[in-house]
Amino acid sequence: MATPLTLKELSKKEDLFTHGHRMCSGCGAPIVVKMVLMATDYPVIAANATGCLEVSSCISEYTAWKIPWIHTAFENAAATLSGVETMYRSLKKQGKIDKDVKFIAFGGDGGTYDIGFQSLSGAMERGHDMIYVCYDNGAYMNTGIQRSSATPLGADTTTCPAGSVIPGKLRARKNLTKIMAAHNIPYAAQASPSHWMDLMKKVQKAHSYEGPKFLNVLAPCNRGWRSKTNDAIALCKLAVNSCYWPLYEIENGVTKITSTPREKAPVADFMKPQGRFKHLFEPGNEALLQRVQEEVDAEWEKLKNAEKCGC
Amino acid sequence: MAKVVAVTGNEACANALRQVNPDVCGIYPITPQTDMMQRYASFISDGKVDTEAILVESEHSSMSACIGASAAGGRVITATSSQGLALMWEMLHIASGDRLPIIMPVVNRALSAPLNIHGDHSDAMGARDTGWIQIWSENAQEAYDNTIQAFRVGEHMDIRLPVMVCLDGFIISHSIERMEYLEDAEVKNFVGEFKNLYPLLDLEKPKSYGPLILTDLYHEYKRAQHEVMLKVKDVVLDVAKDFEKMSGRKYGLFETYRLEDADIALVILNSAAGTSKDVIDEFRNKGIKAGLLKPRLFRPFPYEEVAEALKNTKAVCVLDRSDSFGGYGPLFMEISSALYQLKERPVLINKIYGLGGRDYLPSHAELVLNELHGIAQGGKINIIKEYIGVRE
Repeated sequence: MATPLTLKELSKKEDLFTHGHRMCSGCGAPIVVKMVLMATDYPVIAANATGCLEVSSCISEYTAWKIPWIHTAFENAAATLSGVETMYRSLKKQGKIDKDVKFIAFGGDGGTYDIGFQSLSGAMERGHDMIYVCYDNGAYMNTGIQRSSATPLGADTTTCPAGSVIPGKLRARKNLTKIMAAHNIPYAAQASPSHWMDLMKKVQKAHSYEGPKFLNVLAPCNRGWRSKTNDAIALCKLAVNSCYWPLYEIENGVTKITSTPREKAPVADFMKPQGRFKHLFEPGNEALLQRVQEEVDAEWEKLKNAEKCGC
Repeated sequence: MAKVVAVTGNEACANALRQVNPDVCGIYPITPQTDMMQRYASFISDGKVDTEAILVESEHSSMSACIGASAAGGRVITATSSQGLALMWEMLHIASGDRLPIIMPVVNRALSAPLNIHGDHSDAMGARDTGWIQIWSENAQEAYDNTIQAFRVGEHMDIRLPVMVCLDGFIISHSIERMEYLEDAEVKNFVGEFKNLYPLLDLEKPKSYGPLILTDLYHEYKRAQHEVMLKVKDVVLDVAKDFEKMSGRKYGLFETYRLEDADIALVILNSAAGTSKDVIDEFRNKGIKAGLLKPRLFRPFPYEEVAEALKNTKAVCVLDRSDSFGGYGPLFMEISSALYQLKERPVLINKIYGLGGRDYLPSHAELVLNELHGIAQGGKINIIKEYIGVRE
């Protein structure tokens, strides 16, 4: 039985990801990891793609991980973990191990949407028993805020800087959650640390299925988003309430929206406190700002339709 | 009791791997290796091994998965060639840096461009500095024997390093030869049970694999890797001694052929050594003292021993089946480094042969030996590095 998701029970649980790591203050990623592991009962083994989380959580001779943890390279957290999981299955089959072990991979959006996309797709297709958690902060933050395929339309990054001719990123985001669901895995979901109970329920639901599962979790980066260090959770709320980051799950192919905002906020509410969108509020960029809103609206409608038609 | 068989190099390696029965195997096709892992997949499907296969979507993922599996704790294999090894390159350093004894036959093949599927050594030479032990094989028998010995070398508790066993693409991987198989029980007993070291699957004592190490300790970490490599030679020789007791077949750090009193010598890797030996016999019949040195352990390279073996020769030609464009062939550079330490040393020349599977003919060896004979008689060296068997 998984630990019940009540504050009383959770408060008794040991943190599997400890304090003392060196992530920036106000970073979303360690909050996400903490919540994911809080909803997971030991034994669990984690793999980590190269990135902020990895370089800040295990610097020789210190580690913030109280669980077995492995990092090998940038583009292969899913492949690396598929090896760990396969050894586990081999030894279990041979009677050399008897415990039930869970497996979780963590990667940022660069290591997941982009360079790790192939190895993630391969691991999902092969059916390894693991949850892949993408902490999505919308750019290559570890190397200094470069554009990824998760970078939102219009955002200013160091490789698609908002200049006098080109106003930031001109392409919309890749919808990775849907792509992962298209692998016909039992469970794919989108979550946000602002809605912690929803996130942790999703983690437990993912664990309840054998096979590959995917969670895409929003993780603000105040360095890249150019926002206040105490705004991470507030920004996550705005992302959900504006439907920029809708919370939903695709369970055995059936889409369900897990949190519908009472009143859908304009996406500008989410964007305005962030320096990476500052230029969109300057004269001349109204059309691009409008396009951002239209794309968010269109995606939200598609999602509602998917839920309605049961697909 | 040894069993005499007629098999290809790929089949021999696949059978060696079956006899070892590892826990996890990464499988991805690439010519000319494909056939080896295909055969291994049949062993899995037919229940002849306990191995769990990971049918990965690339060689990069294959090596990544092997690293994960090996760190988890257990015996791990894969095999590759050419572009596949090149794609693994990033991960090869991580396998050795993490000190994981993964065993990998490499069926040597040329690198693109232009695309070519045939045998040369560019792939493994490109992986020379990745921290893997490299053992090279002349024929199917050696590929089989080296594969079995590789487990004992890589998994040795003082070593814990990954090992590549190199054999020539098509020339060996796809040619049928007479060779001898050991009994399954003999091989099982020879390699022994896999001993774990810091396995991730030790759930009582969680470990972190793959930390960030910056300027404070990285340099020391890399020196430690070099130091462990220095211990490999002795382990290779000890393992070879045990192997000889079981099989009757003798292995060293390299093979010498009629080298003891030789005035002129060829240094050549893998399958082309066989052709060269025949021609050396012809020269010996003519009264010319020719010999050969065939490296087996290429990483770590046995510099002192090689120098000792070649020190009494007058002229040596190092034949390379790969090139460092704008430089000398990679084997030449090693032999040159080995000989430089001698006070008196033979004259050294370098020939590049057989790229992309170009045949190495007895006439090529003859040409080179005649040139060496001329040099040994006091003749001049015209060109240090030259392509042979090339169409002008």
